[in-house]
Amino acid sequence: MYRTALRNVLAHKGRLLMTALAILLGTAFVAGTLVFSDTLGQAMKNSYAKSYSDVSVLVTDNSTGMRIGPKGTEGKQSAKLTDATVRQIAALPGAQDARGVISGFIGVSDKKGNLIGQIWSATGSNYVPGSSGKDARYPLAEGRAPSGAKEIALDKSTAQKAGYHVGDTVRIATNGPAMDVRLAGIVTTDDPQITSGGTLALMDTASAQKLLLTPGQYSSISVQAKPGTAEAALLGEVGKVLPKGDNFRTETGQQLKDDQTRAIATGTNGMKTVLLVFAAISLFVGIFIIANTFTMLVAQRTKELALLRAVGASRRQVTRSVLVEALAIGVIASVAGLLAGIGIGAGMQSLVASMNDGMPTGSLVVAPTTIVVSLVVGVLVTVLSAVIPAVRASRIAPVAAMSSGDQPATQKSLVVRNVIGALITAGGLGLILMGAATKSDAGRMPVGAGVALAMIGIFVLLPLLSRPVIALVGPVLAKLAGTPGKLARQNAVRNPRRTAATAAALTIGLTLVSGLTVLGASVTDVVDRAVTSSMKADYDVAMATGGLTPELATAIGKAPGVTASSPVNKAYWEFGGTSHSVYGIDAAGFEQLVQPKMLSGSASALKQGQILVDGDMAKKENLSVGSTLKVDYRSGSEGTVTVGGVYEGNAMLSEVVMANAEVAKHETDPYLSDVLVKGADGPTAALKQSIKDATGNNPVVEVKTKQDMRDEFNRVITFVLNMMYGLLAMSVLVAVLGVINTLAMSVFERKREIGMLRAIGLDRSGIKRMVRLESVVISLFGAVIGVLLGCFTAWAVNRTLVSSLAGLTTVVPYGKMLLFLALAGLVGLVAALWPARKASKLDILASIKTD
Amino acid sequence: MTTTAYAVQTGQAAARATGLNKVYGEGETRVVALDNVSVVFPQGQFTAIMGPSGSGKSTLMHCMAGLDTVSSGSSMIGETELVGLKDKQLTKLRRDHIGFIFQAFNLLPTLTALENITLPMDIAGRKVDKAWLDRVVDTVGLSGRLSHRPSQLSGGQQQRVACARALAGKPDIIFADEPTGNLDSRSGAEILSFLRNSVRELGQTVVMVTHDPVAASYADRVVFLADGRIVDELHEPTADSVLDRMRRFDAKGRTS
Repeated sequence: MYRTALRNVLAHKGRLLMTALAILLGTAFVAGTLVFSDTLGQAMKNSYAKSYSDVSVLVTDNSTGMRIGPKGTEGKQSAKLTDATVRQIAALPGAQDARGVISGFIGVSDKKGNLIGQIWSATGSNYVPGSSGKDARYPLAEGRAPSGAKEIALDKSTAQKAGYHVGDTVRIATNGPAMDVRLAGIVTTDDPQITSGGTLALMDTASAQKLLLTPGQYSSISVQAKPGTAEAALLGEVGKVLPKGDNFRTETGQQLKDDQTRAIATGTNGMKTVLLVFAAISLFVGIFIIANTFTMLVAQRTKELALLRAVGASRRQVTRSVLVEALAIGVIASVAGLLAGIGIGAGMQSLVASMNDGMPTGSLVVAPTTIVVSLVVGVLVTVLSAVIPAVRASRIAPVAAMSSGDQPATQKSLVVRNVIGALITAGGLGLILMGAATKSDAGRMPVGAGVALAMIGIFVLLPLLSRPVIALVGPVLAKLAGTPGKLARQNAVRNPRRTAATAAALTIGLTLVSGLTVLGASVTDVVDRAVTSSMKADYDVAMATGGLTPELATAIGKAPGVTASSPVNKAYWEFGGTSHSVYGIDAAGFEQLVQPKMLSGSASALKQGQILVDGDMAKKENLSVGSTLKVDYRSGSEGTVTVGGVYEGNAMLSEVVMANAEVAKHETDPYLSDVLVKGADGPTAALKQSIKDATGNNPVVEVKTKQDMRDEFNRVITFVLNMMYGLLAMSVLVAVLGVINTLAMSVFERKREIGMLRAIGLDRSGIKRMVRLESVVISLFGAVIGVLLGCFTAWAVNRTLVSSLAGLTTVVPYGKMLLFLALAGLVGLVAALWPARKASKLDILASIKTD
Repeated sequence: MTTTAYAVQTGQAAARATGLNKVYGEGETRVVALDNVSVVFPQGQFTAIMGPSGSGKSTLMHCMAGLDTVSSGSSMIGETELVGLKDKQLTKLRRDHIGFIFQAFNLLPTLTALENITLPMDIAGRKVDKAWLDRVVDTVGLSGRLSHRPSQLSGGQQQRVACARALAGKPDIIFADEPTGNLDSRSGAEILSFLRNSVRELGQTVVMVTHDPVAASYADRVVFLADGRIVDELHEPTADSVLDRMRRFDAKGRTS
């Protein structure tokens, strides 16, 4: 029996090719993902292995970290790490040395004024001369130690990149205005963040404190243990001398290393999971193709299998012979896929390394789990997909061997299938509607489960749907392509199961693609509307690093040409018991810079210290003009505020708008996110330059018009969408293989008919057209269902997002949807190239020969 | 059956082969399928080609119907020389001038009986001659079953659809390849009578390949083929005379 099975694999090499390719692609995706993430993880681990080598214990003041948002609950004023703390720790019996460290953001401009490297890896710190006058942590390569507010030292690679030499003037940027300093020295460092492409700017301790923190304060203290003192013991000693405060975190060097390892693992695992999800989609699509292939192979071999049964093979043996065939293909394709995947992993690594400067690279890691998982997944998917066809094969009666019938004409009724499909679909749609009706995050679970169910249900129903949906295009086809068109349409619905399985592969991809596209368009639209409808300011000035300093805001306000400006403060307070985000703005400038649509009350109420709330919050908490609310300012103080107006919520403003003067009363150092600016003549280049000048041409300051903001947001959404499209392309590719496969098999099965058509006068191009159109019809069928399902899903997801994105409505980009359909049609056309050619080349006499 | 006058006088040739040779393979595997065959199929005649398996009768039909290429010689349909025609021209010729009836019916399962019948015209984009179609459908006795699909028809009915398809376009000549091979004797007889009627009453020209003497007896003339050569010819045959001739020629084959 096994020999028969293997012979069959060899005999049907050509027909199994597409199946094998589908498995190969899926497995390669899985293997590639695993190899790439393991390799990257290993390389990062290796490159970060050196960090913390001179740290036994690190004390960090959490409140000094870089701020990228309003303060949360931890915002209470607390103790600081000072010189005294450093001295105390250094004096501990177990401590060899203690170093007060300041770290923050210092961006370095190149000679053209652009930032070197990425913002997130631009580091500023302090140079601490030891007893020798030099800092052992940052050995000087050239020049001398920086001293005073006007001198810095740079790391060697940054200096080289920009072509700076000792003595040059370098423009540096912090969250305040940019300034010009002198390059005093060039240092080397083995800090992995710097060696992997970051920039490092060092100042003397006092200047760094002044620029990045407050004088006398450190962000962390790194302690080195005396030889013989355990890190844990030192940790205990350090704990005792620290000032009281819950903002300090103490960790041993080992813990830091472990944390870092864990952080790297989390990072690579996250990426791995995302990629594996897409690999799983490809494999899932592959299932349809494999099942289709084996169903067709079994149908074509009915006589042969019946003969086996007639000469005494048991049902189980027949089943097993089909499964062994699947196993053989699975093993061959999975091994090939694994090898291809290792290649993909290597390719990805060099691609990523070439795109990201300083990305760590290392030798390829092919873990045993990678090999096992890829092979097991590939083989399992293949064999499981073949189970149903295999069982069907065993049901062939031995007498079928004797009958001279051309093809098994009878098809099992689809009634049971349709009933089950309808039930599952209805359940899924019900769940989606239920989730959508909640209009909140709570609806996400039901929507997610509903989408999954509805998809499965639709797949079960696809054979039923194929006839009516494809019938719709019938007249068009007949008109455009005459008889070949008519025949193509009929061939497409001839075997609904096969058509459905082929189309389903495309449906999956199209559902995801169109769903994501609609989501992206909807979110872009809501942001667009928010910006266009409510921003009256000409420019929004923000810092790429996060918050601005108040000094910078003042400087911008004084820039020539500015007629009105206001810093925007963000806070997060409790109003009437629930947390709400607060948008702080100068009461005087509010109506000049921002123009919300007022539902009731007046925006000028801000001047009286009253607050404005958005419509959603007003409805939810039953507020109207004149209502009063209790506020917990999170810094120990409480108070009451009065609602002075209600505005229609939008994505730009927060739930509560308040005057900056009021915000400042309750928060000593509020988070300043943007500065809104209006000029005398609107957004002119002169005004923009004037603002830029006011910031000292700080490279991290962004001066954006409404259009810039929209473009920027569009770019982000487009980038994410493109990435998703790219990852989904693999599953579409697998689906194309499925279409090729189905067509090739159909051509093979309908050889006689094609021969007859040729004999009675259909020319080669007519045959080609017939096969191509069948392919287009099947592809479009799958795509149309996918696009509809995708749009519906996106609508449901949008409903659950409404609460967090005020004003969100579902926007269907019809042009794009049509483009997807057109592309799907093109995919069908391309997939049909080879089968159509094959069909047109069939020898008439050989085809019509009765066997 | 011998008294009916032909609707069209048998003077002109519907198809003509002159010195037709067909050779397969080369060197040691060289097989001569047709050896200098010359034959004329006159208009309005029902001709049967007979011969033992491997005699070349199917090859002759395929070459003369433009389904196969010849090694040398000339093959004409009406005034058109087939040798040297390109595939496209051959296809057009088959579509517009030749009708086919196959042993295995070869209907499209997705089309109804009527759609199958008009398929060649649909492909050509030609208008269907309604009166002619009605007559053909009437003659084959399919009137009530035109909307049925092939799977709902019996073998005999399917072959009648195939006959109607061959006739519907009023071709210059119809080639039938063992049209009764897959049918029981009663259905077979119906098809053969129908083919004969289409010649006598509708003025068509039919060439039929068969190895069944009874089938051949329906023809006006039988051409005997052996080893790729035409060895004999019989006019106004009966089943017995055909069988007799076959036997002789079997014996001769054995003794020579």
